[in-house]
Amino acid sequence: MNAVRKTLSTLLFGLVASAALADATLLNVSYDVARDVYRDFNPLFQKHWQAKTGETLELRQSHAGSSKQARAVADGLEADVVTMNQGNDIEFLADKGLVAKDWARKFPNNASPYTSAMVFVVRKGNPKNLKDWADLAGPGVQIIMPNPKSSGNGRNAYLSAWAWALRQPGGDDKTAQEFLGKLLKNAPLLAAGGRDATTTFMQRRIGDVLITFESEAEMIAKEFGKGEFTVVYPSLTMQTEFPVAIVDKVVDKKGTRQQATAYLEYLWSKDGQENAARNYLRPRDPELLKKYAVSFPAVKTFTVDEVFGSAKQAFATHFKDGGTFDRVYVAK
Amino acid sequence: MKSTRATQEPAWVRIVLLTVGLGFLFFFLGLPLVAVFVEALAQGWGLYAAALREPETLSAIWLTVLIALIVLPFNVAFGVAAAWAIAKFEFRGKSLLITLIDLPFAVSPVVAGLVFILLFGAQGAFGPWLSAHEIKIIFAVPGMILATLFITFPFIARELIPLMQAQGKDEEEAAVSLGASGWQMFWRVTLPNIKWGLLYGVILANARAMGEFGAVSVVSGHIRGETNTLPLHVEILYNEYNAVGAFAAASVLALLALVTLVAKTIVEWRMKKETDMLNAVLAPEKT
Repeated sequence: MNAVRKTLSTLLFGLVASAALADATLLNVSYDVARDVYRDFNPLFQKHWQAKTGETLELRQSHAGSSKQARAVADGLEADVVTMNQGNDIEFLADKGLVAKDWARKFPNNASPYTSAMVFVVRKGNPKNLKDWADLAGPGVQIIMPNPKSSGNGRNAYLSAWAWALRQPGGDDKTAQEFLGKLLKNAPLLAAGGRDATTTFMQRRIGDVLITFESEAEMIAKEFGKGEFTVVYPSLTMQTEFPVAIVDKVVDKKGTRQQATAYLEYLWSKDGQENAARNYLRPRDPELLKKYAVSFPAVKTFTVDEVFGSAKQAFATHFKDGGTFDRVYVAK
Repeated sequence: MKSTRATQEPAWVRIVLLTVGLGFLFFFLGLPLVAVFVEALAQGWGLYAAALREPETLSAIWLTVLIALIVLPFNVAFGVAAAWAIAKFEFRGKSLLITLIDLPFAVSPVVAGLVFILLFGAQGAFGPWLSAHEIKIIFAVPGMILATLFITFPFIARELIPLMQAQGKDEEEAAVSLGASGWQMFWRVTLPNIKWGLLYGVILANARAMGEFGAVSVVSGHIRGETNTLPLHVEILYNEYNAVGAFAAASVLALLALVTLVAKTIVEWRMKKETDMLNAVLAPEKT
């Protein structure tokens, strides 16, 4: 009975009450699997901000596919800050004049408070003994990854393999393209998105290896159990960034620039970094990275900027219509 | 005539048809429904209840109900007015009106949502004006109501038009000739005649309003605890690897659907009873 009453009162008054009490409201528009990170981060910042300024902040979250979110912000979703999983999506907002052109330099580390790495998720005990990118292109191996055309996750997997092939002895763009052709022959299908790829691999049990974010592997463990698969770190892989930015147009209109800036800066604080680490994202803080070394084994990584110039350039060369992906991938 | 022929089919034909029909229903309707509840309860009642008590889930349930509560009265008013005009009067542009009513059925919901973005979005036709006047439509509840309204508005009119056409206008003419005013005629003659059809339309529209995904997804903005309806919430929880949460929310939707189904069956049964009675009364005149 009590539970029912509690439920009802939350239903009726929950929204109204929380909105009415706050001095200011920030909306964080984010990618789809970031909910836990920011759900845990928001109370930390609220406390910090209250202690510092006495102001009560209400923090709202919106999560969906990163590019869809960027589109919505451009169409008028009033985000004070955007926290995405690809630079391209913020670049898009910069092109529309909502975000400063030099957003990547407004915060440290290329405006990305934490990172992840692309890893292999293989069946329990790694029965096919898949250790590196070369093994994935071998005979009789099936790889599962999202379509690079539509998914950032898929693009990261593709570029990781490309960069690895480039760095092999005698490697150049030609050998890399050949390698990707061989690799993609082993993909029985290309999933629509990250979650779709996971379902294909874990639930439909198709394929020998799933290429995904290190952080996502932990989320898979949460749903399917840790013993169900093994994570393999290849010899070289991409360090994926999760860039953040202030939406100038919105904060200037709402008068929330101060709070929004502090919110994003706090991601680099000890609390913010430790929160990222607890949510399986690699913190920038070297001390914390050491402290959580069990979750984050050392792995040789590259960034998109190092190998491909910029995310924008990588996209233009590889994923635009007629790019390398279109040349190497033959749909089945 | 038809019924006697059907029973003369050999027994095996009947059995095969029945098995195919029921088997199909079981695999495509029964199993998924069971699966929703099995998944929702996979980790026990405790977690199921906890998933439903999440403030974000509660607010999604509440918003879903709120939107339906706002949308349905509009639909009733519009549906009755449109069906009334179409069934009882002859006017120019009538077939155009009928086509327009059907438009939401023909247009993909996602396209419908995009149309609202084109109209009210920041770069849309009315966007700059709206934002200058601090009016939020897109990525807020008003936009979601508009989208749902658009998607559901043919249901009631479509249900009522054939019914009102079949009933003709004799009774209304009789009422007027006996001195009834327009409203009296509507409340005492028309409404009682169409009430079950109207209710049936409301139930269908309600089911669609609560279940709508595409159009609402485009205009929602997915703000947790604010602009997430149940169907949107289910998708996002699933994408976050929160299977129990997703299926718990889905089970609420499924329950709403089941309630709708029961209500629909009752209404159908009442409608049939009334038409049977009507036919019984009219039968002697017709022979």
